[in-house]
Amino acid sequence: MIPRPFEYHAPKTLPEAIALLNEYGAEAKVLAGGHSLLPMMKLRFAEPAHLIDLGKLAELKGIREAGGEIRIGAMTTENELIWSELLQTHCPLIVEGARQISDPQVRYRGTLGGDLSHGDPGNDHPALMMALDASFVLMGEHGERIVSADDFFLGTYATLLEPGEIMTEIRIPTPAAGTGSCYAKLKRKTGDFATAAAAVTLRTSAGTLSAVRIALTNVADTALRARDAEQYLQGKPLDEPALAEAARLAMAACAPVADLRGDIDYKTAMAGEMTRRALTTAYARAAH
Amino acid sequence: MSNKTVVSFNLNGKQTDVIVEPRELLIHTLREKCLHTGPHIGCETSHCGACTVDFNGMSVKSCTLLTVQAEGAEVQTVEGLAQGGELHALQEGFMQEHGLQCGFCTPGMLMRAYRLLHENPSPSDEEIRYWMAGNLCRCTGYQNIVKAVQYAARKLRGEAVETSHPLMTADTH
Repeated sequence: MIPRPFEYHAPKTLPEAIALLNEYGAEAKVLAGGHSLLPMMKLRFAEPAHLIDLGKLAELKGIREAGGEIRIGAMTTENELIWSELLQTHCPLIVEGARQISDPQVRYRGTLGGDLSHGDPGNDHPALMMALDASFVLMGEHGERIVSADDFFLGTYATLLEPGEIMTEIRIPTPAAGTGSCYAKLKRKTGDFATAAAAVTLRTSAGTLSAVRIALTNVADTALRARDAEQYLQGKPLDEPALAEAARLAMAACAPVADLRGDIDYKTAMAGEMTRRALTTAYARAAH
Repeated sequence: MSNKTVVSFNLNGKQTDVIVEPRELLIHTLREKCLHTGPHIGCETSHCGACTVDFNGMSVKSCTLLTVQAEGAEVQTVEGLAQGGELHALQEGFMQEHGLQCGFCTPGMLMRAYRLLHENPSPSDEEIRYWMAGNLCRCTGYQNIVKAVQYAARKLRGEAVETSHPLMTADTH
């Protein structure tokens, strides 16, 4: 319950935050919503000497459309995602995903950027962002770089973020009209991380699938694309044999760890089932 | 390092200044420095919601917020719900509908329901359950909490309220 002592910084601007992060290096942690970091500090899993609170940086908040993309500030909260009319209309997958993340209080604080930067395979946004072909803006001392969600997650709690960098924005190509999507999440109870979950976006053309992206949550050391299943489905109608084969191929990509949510076989089977359900629902929601 | 700092916030309408270490959690400040001991601590993993307070128009778990983050904030606890000795509709609802037993989750439940009814004055039972999922209760089984929130929602909308647990009258013995 009691974190180790640390020094607290509340920069007013992004350059100030980055300067602090560079000054204190590995001793420092960025504080966003605080709903992963503070719990780890309370259990003494994390013991940073400096916390750099991004809570005062209004520039890291907000959801807007620009240049065919939806751009979301990294400090935008889950609750703000849920109630965004722009997302409800043009990117309902994020809304459906965010509604299944944690609980109301946590969603008032936890942020999109924090969920992604944490690099926990249990988090939901990594797979959602892969399914949406998102990219992330990482800002450091020497400027910004943009990396793809597909490349960002390296391992459990490990991402492409370098020391001294802060994720500032998430960019999502605005899904074409008629895109179907679904996030199917199996969990033991409200607020739990997924036993297994699948995020799907797809489009159809003349009764067949013309574009499919499938990403899986918490069935490997990172979120992952089920690329073999995607390739297999391309150009096919979504009938029962195609669903069964797609689920089998998605399961083949899984490498979960056994824990209280189940053993390897169960989680793998559930990843297949969630893939099947997400595909079926996304297909029903797509324009035909 | 970790020198104490002064943090000023508004607590139930009163300007409040506290001196804290950066690592102090808001729940501890409220309970130990402000002596508002209604908010409780039921876990150390941010699940139970017994520490829920209203913070700048949001329901937050005050065990997962540093007091230094509350600089300039508007904080409301269960102690601020009743006005002039009159119970808030939610407090009355929890009493009338038997929405508490041990009372440990109740301050957090009330503060979460307070914000919920601001945002959605006419929730369905299902919506109440979904939007109060961040608050655990060991005693009630939640059924009467849903009724209590509905009771308060009716009263706040200006409708007639009647408890679903009427007292037995003399002729029903």
